[in-house]
Amino acid sequence: MADPKPGNAAPAKKAATGAYTPAGVSPNRRARHKYTVRLWAVRHSRFFEWFYNRFAAAFLLLHPVWKLFGYERVERPITFVERHVKGFLFDCRMCGQCALSSTGMSCPMNCPKQLRNGPCGGVRANGNCEVEPDMPCVWVQAWKGSQNMVNGNAIMNVQKPVNQSLRETSSWLRVTAEAAAARETAGRDA
Amino acid sequence: MAHFDENPLGPHLPLDPLPGHSSLGRLERVLRRGEFAVTAELNPPDSANPEDVYERAAIFDGWVDGINAVDASGANCHMSSVGICALLTRMGYAPIMQIACRDKNRIAIQGDVLGAAAMGVCNIMCLTGDGVQAGDQPGAKPVFDLDCMSLLETVRIMRDNAKFLSGRKLTTPPKVFLGAAINPFAPPYDFRPYRLAKKIEAGAQFVQSQYCFDVPMFREYMKKVRDLGLHEKCYILVGVGPMASAKTAKWIRSNVPGIHIPDQIIARLEGAQDQKKEGKQLCIDIINEVKEIEGVSGIHVMAYRQEEYVAEIVHESGVLKGRKPWTREPNPVDSLVAERLEEARAGKEQNQQEMAEIAAHHPH
Ligand code: SF4
Repeated sequence: MADPKPGNAAPAKKAATGAYTPAGVSPNRRARHKYTVRLWAVRHSRFFEWFYNRFAAAFLLLHPVWKLFGYERVERPITFVERHVKGFLFDCRMCGQCALSSTGMSCPMNCPKQLRNGPCGGVRANGNCEVEPDMPCVWVQAWKGSQNMVNGNAIMNVQKPVNQSLRETSSWLRVTAEAAAARETAGRDA
Repeated sequence: MAHFDENPLGPHLPLDPLPGHSSLGRLERVLRRGEFAVTAELNPPDSANPEDVYERAAIFDGWVDGINAVDASGANCHMSSVGICALLTRMGYAPIMQIACRDKNRIAIQGDVLGAAAMGVCNIMCLTGDGVQAGDQPGAKPVFDLDCMSLLETVRIMRDNAKFLSGRKLTTPPKVFLGAAINPFAPPYDFRPYRLAKKIEAGAQFVQSQYCFDVPMFREYMKKVRDLGLHEKCYILVGVGPMASAKTAKWIRSNVPGIHIPDQIIARLEGAQDQKKEGKQLCIDIINEVKEIEGVSGIHVMAYRQEEYVAEIVHESGVLKGRKPWTREPNPVDSLVAERLEEARAGKEQNQQEMAEIAAHHPH
């Protein structure tokens, strides 16, 4: 093993043990309390699903308002709100293409491998993550959360790769704009 | 008897495409014919010497239908899977090229798929890959741009629609048989069969499982798989391998992600006089058990650092039923290379002046 550099505590500690990862030590130490809200949100995935559906409908109703101000202009404040609300509830990483409704309200970007299509093969027998031994695997949680949801089957959909150019943009506005556009074309066809 | 998988015009010629097949390789032919397939994992060398690869591949001659070229398994640095495949196809082996999402982004991966297919690689296996923390360089940046599912879909789109992920056209699509990995032995257990369904939807045509030491658990999984009808849409190869000793087994259990070894297996190894021999016997016993499970199409032998036992294990378990897997698979460009070499040997001189002239007047 390469000699550990000073100031790189976690790898150094890891190197000292000789094992690839001593159980209970994360390469990036995130404390347990950081997961509490996220895990709570997953346990109440059904409520959040219901709430989000209402919320998305309300956002769509506001479409004329967004259009009046211009979607580009409202982007910044909305992104600010979205980041903090979703950040608090789900540890949102602002990938800009929210998949929460198809992942049991467990944000897949918190998976160290950022998998968007299900758990890797390394999940520990206790349901914790391979990479971060003290974090419950995001996808074990996602599976549990999806079982509570009305539309939990969405977890079976194959998700597209993340479009990195949409990072740090508002997923709410994008979904609303798309829904509005779809509604308009449908209206025109009818 | 003429071999099934041979060009009628001569064994040195590449195989003809068969209707409904997605590759020209023999692994796909063997599986589609319903024969019990055997694949093995090549221990990737930590050297720049091609001999090392050939030596390690030669052990499998006549015993396996495909050789897995691993892509830095366990996040440990080794010769790359592309490099190993280049060497193996040159010798006429049938490699299964693994691609792990850990080290390459979508641009690199799609390029590698094209390159591999051009070299004559017929089987590609799409993996997520172990986390970098598991390997010898835990400080590396994990890429994970795609995940195994989107990787499967990407390669499938390249093959079937002749397009890159971006929609740009390919002039010749890569003809590959697509594989994935499954791990029935890790939580969430009830999600695992559905995950296989998802992989099949994304494009997986065969899967290799993680080490199977817990046969009852695997039975359970296969029952669910059969209920979902997945064994008819995809060939399932069970991962097996000998354990050198109880100590190794324990070490692997606590240090390699995703390998589940029940206590009684370790107890059995511990109780044996000759642990190495017992480990091999255990592997054969497991093969004999899993080969009877409905829906299992083959085995994948991972005999890390014990490759010399692969032939013995395959022979003693009798899974090949007297069939001898073909060893040399002709490369589509063999004749082209031979021709060029011949030309060079004949000393056909290039007239540089003339060539420069032609190049200068080449209309662009
Ligand atoms: S164990 Fe779970 S959270 Fe950890 S890398 Fe694998 S899928 Fe992601």
